[in-house]
Amino acid sequence: MRRSARFGAALLGVVLGVPACSGGEGPGGAQDRITLSYAVWDNNQKPVMEELGREFTRTHPNVTINVQFAPWTDYWTKLRAAAGGGAAPDVFWMNGPNFRLYASNGMIRPLEEEIVRDRVDLSVYPRPLVDLYTLGGEHFGLPKDMDTIGVWYNKTLFDARGVAYPANDWTWADFQTAAARLTDPARGVYGTAAMLGGFQEYQYNTIAQAGGYVISPDGGKSGYDDPKTIAGLRFWTDLIKAGRSPDLVTMTDTLPLQLFEAGKVAMYWGGSWNVAEFSANEYTRDRVDVAPLPRGERQATIIHGVANVVSARTEHSEQAWQFVKFLGSERAAGILGRRGPIPAYTGTQGSWVSAHPEFRLRTFVDAVAYGVPYPVSVNTAAWNEAELTYLARAWTGEVPVEKAATDLAAAMNALLSKE
Amino acid sequence: MTLTTGSDAARARRDATPQGEPRRVGGRGRGRAIEALWGYAFIAPTGIGLAVFYLWPILQTAYFSMTEWGFFGGHTWTGFDNYTRLLRDPEAGQALINTLGYTALGLVAIPLAIVFAALLNQKGLRGVGVYRTLFFLPVVTMPVAVAMVWRWLYNGDYGLINYVLSLAGVEGPSWVADPATALYALAVVGIWSSLGYNLIIFLAGMQAIPREYYEAAQIDGAGRITQFFRVTLPLLSPTAFFVSVISVIGSLQLFDLVYAMAGSGLTARANPAFPRLQTVVHLFYDRAFVTNDRGYAAAIVVMLFLLIIAMTAVQFRLQRRWVHYA
Repeated sequence: MRRSARFGAALLGVVLGVPACSGGEGPGGAQDRITLSYAVWDNNQKPVMEELGREFTRTHPNVTINVQFAPWTDYWTKLRAAAGGGAAPDVFWMNGPNFRLYASNGMIRPLEEEIVRDRVDLSVYPRPLVDLYTLGGEHFGLPKDMDTIGVWYNKTLFDARGVAYPANDWTWADFQTAAARLTDPARGVYGTAAMLGGFQEYQYNTIAQAGGYVISPDGGKSGYDDPKTIAGLRFWTDLIKAGRSPDLVTMTDTLPLQLFEAGKVAMYWGGSWNVAEFSANEYTRDRVDVAPLPRGERQATIIHGVANVVSARTEHSEQAWQFVKFLGSERAAGILGRRGPIPAYTGTQGSWVSAHPEFRLRTFVDAVAYGVPYPVSVNTAAWNEAELTYLARAWTGEVPVEKAATDLAAAMNALLSKE
Repeated sequence: MTLTTGSDAARARRDATPQGEPRRVGGRGRGRAIEALWGYAFIAPTGIGLAVFYLWPILQTAYFSMTEWGFFGGHTWTGFDNYTRLLRDPEAGQALINTLGYTALGLVAIPLAIVFAALLNQKGLRGVGVYRTLFFLPVVTMPVAVAMVWRWLYNGDYGLINYVLSLAGVEGPSWVADPATALYALAVVGIWSSLGYNLIIFLAGMQAIPREYYEAAQIDGAGRITQFFRVTLPLLSPTAFFVSVISVIGSLQLFDLVYAMAGSGLTARANPAFPRLQTVVHLFYDRAFVTNDRGYAAAIVVMLFLLIIAMTAVQFRLQRRWVHYA
């Protein structure tokens, strides 16, 4: 007790002391040189971001970029507190699920005027990514990178069962046949794993492929009671029921990714971001490759990407915009692609594709042609939670998928009406 | 301590004053006031810390529980809306049931700790230090690390527990993913991690029991078992009371173990056993930090706060029936 009290007093001293100290560095010290803070959540990309910051300083000698890293789990908590207190970083990474929350609450700056003034060509980015960061007809950010989904498959398991590797134009039926033939109960091998906790890689794709939708384009209505959406969900529950996928209990104990990397699952729906993991893992390095997602009623993949946005309260809005513009440029994309995710700038993906010739990475870039935007609303996280709560009951088989989906639609509509 | 000795000394001086001497009433009054002032000055660091970091947040939380929050701060008054919603929320009801269930299971740790403490308290036992260290290890291990290791032990297909069971021809379930076993599996980890802490307290309690009682019991012909039940247990009841109050409070606030074992954040809900693992504090976390519903989250913790006060008050009332102060 005594110690904690002393600690409390010390903490209090720190809290009270801080404003007194920081009051010293007034505007008097600021000449022409300014520092822009740039918040990112991926530690692996921090060096590339710093390199891009130095590149920017070369053409804007009076601006220094201070890259601030916060791990994913803290990033949004910190950012929200900082933004609420008017102290958000000048420039920061934004993702789809959080974008409308920040844009509709006036936390990030519309860049419409600057885009028109500087004649920035937005057609160099995939359309779904530009739309993802547009609200009320205004653009708020420039896309930085992107990711699409593909079917990672284990060639060794395909060879063992004499199944032909997936063709580029394969269909749902082809996928289901392959899953059936690859399933080998004697060795505990499943054709695929119908993961529940990864909507971006699983459900959202099959929903779009079935011709359904998750949320209406105006963001007001859930699509989960649409029969086509339900067909996209049933695709997965049927695979579990037929034993082509482990059941939910098994996938909770051992994640599908772990099962795939242990040679227990033959086909894993994963993102372009899995490249780093699969090329580093000794087992998967020589055994896996990637194919496009199979075609349902139509061909589709979820496309998502991070954008760079400017804080609404920044004191250096012009410099911040110049930096965002630079980050969205062809030159910056070239630097990013060599060492990071797929750059969003069309035509700059070559360096990313050739970094790992052992995988057919072109698949992910080609998939952009039929990319479907990641579904979002203002408070996306609220119904993301409902998706899991309701669909878990269908995944275990406790409730028929139609019932779980219509219940989910009702819950989601209630949440959307509160936005 | 300094304060009481100070005033004792003052009283002693006062009592020593001869009756006939005129009393300087005003002067002593001022002295007292100054003394009190000094007293407040000495407790000020603790007092201010407590007020700023405990009392004020409690009052604020109570106030916020009657508001609805904007995403970036700012709130509107909604009166008791959050509370009426809470009463009708099936998820909150289930979370409360789970939490109470876990709390009840957690009480098993007390007799268990007493038994182990009695075994360790035996005269002439070799390697006591080693045993104590082993029992205390889980207490000083990070809860997340504990959870990770247990998750692996509990794994339905590759876990050590089910491997051992398979040797006996039993096919074990997926302990933390099966709704029928999840809460029990969680409670076992909770009991295991708190055993060392409880044990140390009970050991201290046992060593404070005067030797004479045992000698007297021996003379009366009581064996070791009788001694344990007739001497040790009754005299240990104040310690047991303390431990039960602390452990009930701790169980009602359960969060980290669930967070680490069920799966963190949103992904926990992909666990089919999650409805049986959700605790009140975990629900609070989800509402406050996942779905951006902070006013409602505040109502959840205010209810929990009241529940903890009520449960503790009940325990204090019941202690009259079973706690013996020597």
